Amino acid sequence: MENNRILDIENLVVRFETDDGIVRAVNGLSLQLEKGHSIGLVGETGAGKTTTALSILRLVPDPPGVVECEKLSLDGRDIISMPIKELEQIRGKDVSMIFQDPMTALNPVFTVGEQIAESIFLHEDVSRAEATRRAIDMLELVGIPGERANEYPHQFSGGMKQRVVIAIALACHPKLLIADEPTTALDVTIQAQMLDLIRSLREKYSTSLIMITHDLGIVAEICDEVAVMYAGSIIEKGTLEDVFNRTKHPYTEGLFNSIPNLNDRKAMLTPIQGFTPDPTDLPSGCAFWPRCPYACEVCKKEQKDIRISDTHYVRCSRYEEKDFRINRKEIS
Amino acid sequence: MDENLLEVKNLKKFFKTKRGTVHAVDDISFSIKKGKTLGLVGESGCGKTTTGRAILRLTEPTGGQILFNGRDICRLSKGGLKKARRDMQLIFQDPYSSLDPRKTVSQIIAEPIIANHLSRGKDKIDERVNSLMSTVGLAPRLFNTYPHELDGGRRQRVGIARALAMEPQFIVCDEPVSALDVSIQAQILNLLKTLQAEMGLTFIFITHDLSVVNHFSDEIAVMYLGKIVEMAPSEELFANPRHPYTQALLSAIPVPDLSAKRERIIIKGEITSPIDPPDECRFYKRCNYACEACRKTPELEEVCPGHLVACNRWEELENTDTVVQDQEEEAK
Repeated sequence: MENNRILDIENLVVRFETDDGIVRAVNGLSLQLEKGHSIGLVGETGAGKTTTALSILRLVPDPPGVVECEKLSLDGRDIISMPIKELEQIRGKDVSMIFQDPMTALNPVFTVGEQIAESIFLHEDVSRAEATRRAIDMLELVGIPGERANEYPHQFSGGMKQRVVIAIALACHPKLLIADEPTTALDVTIQAQMLDLIRSLREKYSTSLIMITHDLGIVAEICDEVAVMYAGSIIEKGTLEDVFNRTKHPYTEGLFNSIPNLNDRKAMLTPIQGFTPDPTDLPSGCAFWPRCPYACEVCKKEQKDIRISDTHYVRCSRYEEKDFRINRKEIS
Repeated sequence: MDENLLEVKNLKKFFKTKRGTVHAVDDISFSIKKGKTLGLVGESGCGKTTTGRAILRLTEPTGGQILFNGRDICRLSKGGLKKARRDMQLIFQDPYSSLDPRKTVSQIIAEPIIANHLSRGKDKIDERVNSLMSTVGLAPRLFNTYPHELDGGRRQRVGIARALAMEPQFIVCDEPVSALDVSIQAQILNLLKTLQAEMGLTFIFITHDLSVVNHFSDEIAVMYLGKIVEMAPSEELFANPRHPYTQALLSAIPVPDLSAKRERIIIKGEITSPIDPPDECRFYKRCNYACEACRKTPELEEVCPGHLVACNRWEELENTDTVVQDQEEEAK
């Protein structure tokens, strides 16, 4: 099983030591991903999704960032102790990232062809001419005519730019692709095209995928597994069916209740009360208790990981009680 | 109470550029009843924001009439317009650029109060600002913070508080929740609904998010390249979308429900240029059902009471399945 893991994170802690206090961005996060699988990392702003992704590539700015963890290995190689030179070989080659905002992810003074060729040229033993030729192939693969390789980012629309960003990310056929809200800045019809593209390219190269998003709809479309994050830790993880149909954590329930239902437009939304906690001053015990409708005394002191099934676990102490149920109905 | 608060007739907004005339809003008409919400849906570049701004005369319309409480906004003098705008407010799309970074939250909210002499004296103004802040759910401790210290959600609340400061009758909400997390989004939507019920507000709700607009609006107008392509009561639109673009748009929404695996209609390409569009259906180049008949601009026709659609082929497409079969046979 071990060798079959593309990613293995054990107890990741990331904090930013700032003048205003210590920002606890990620608190004891463990995550395993099998080769070829895709996992959706879902959560709201400040849940630590992006910081987690950045830690995988050791891109967390230091200072002020401090990253600690028991284990962080990528395809069996330890990332924590890896020298920077070696790490640079991995970034963009074995693991690459698609950033949220295609408008700022591209360099305005280079043509898109040059930007795609750059990562190929850096990582593979090819001539510049060969890299450029492959860059054009990549462009066509993502649905942009090859002759546009000599154009600059400002000449492309938002959707086209995101295609270029995807082309750069996939140019070296990475084993793991981290997509950080890749479609948030795009229109729905373009988003549909993008998700289709990512799905087909992933099948073609059997790339593993971490999809960071706040949209549970996107997760349902493209991922095999889901991890729901809150205040820097994973509070529920399981297969799509586990989390969507047999929801366990009160926060996950709250997320589902907040989404306008397409089939029942009259229903009043049930938002989660309050705000995400201040990461410099997290509540004791379970970070969600001040907002949780099911919270009791135990929750203020501790939180426990409870295993529901082989694939499904939830971080909520109340499941130690035999009869504890949340209101959301299970769908079989 | 059943009167139209706002009536827009043949509104046009063109921008002259070096490359030709941009038809941002091209001859659209609609009306909104007092206390109701009209959803304006479409993708970037379809002219929904320009429509919203033209109604408030923040951008001078090229042609058409805007009747607010029976008075034509376009004919008002500068002073008359300033008065009229007290009743018409705007909540902006981007909470990052719509707040002055050098002013504190309280100064931002107080600005319209001071400019329009709604309250006098520092104590009175502070009291009003505080009550507005609590209305929109901003903690009192944020009184003296600057926008850069706040997350997107709280910034948007500042924008809403600022709009409410004038006690308007009518608010153009331009993508007010697009930048927010789902749980916060639900809070804001509920807040806006409550405010609407309490203050009898009338909204134009501009968004690209169809599940939100469905939840929020009484009536929905779908825009594409400066034209309204379909307009109907929300339930009717979602139950029986007639225009191929609306159908594609609805099918592109990712649904967080595993049992709802729906057939996705992927439309090809991206939005075409709004510069001097030819006399043909604006959706012609992307439409899966386009044929010769579409090479003339379609008019909005009533297909059933209250449901308008601008498609030359809607009658044929009633029986969509046969058309698809025809096309497949043709392709063979």
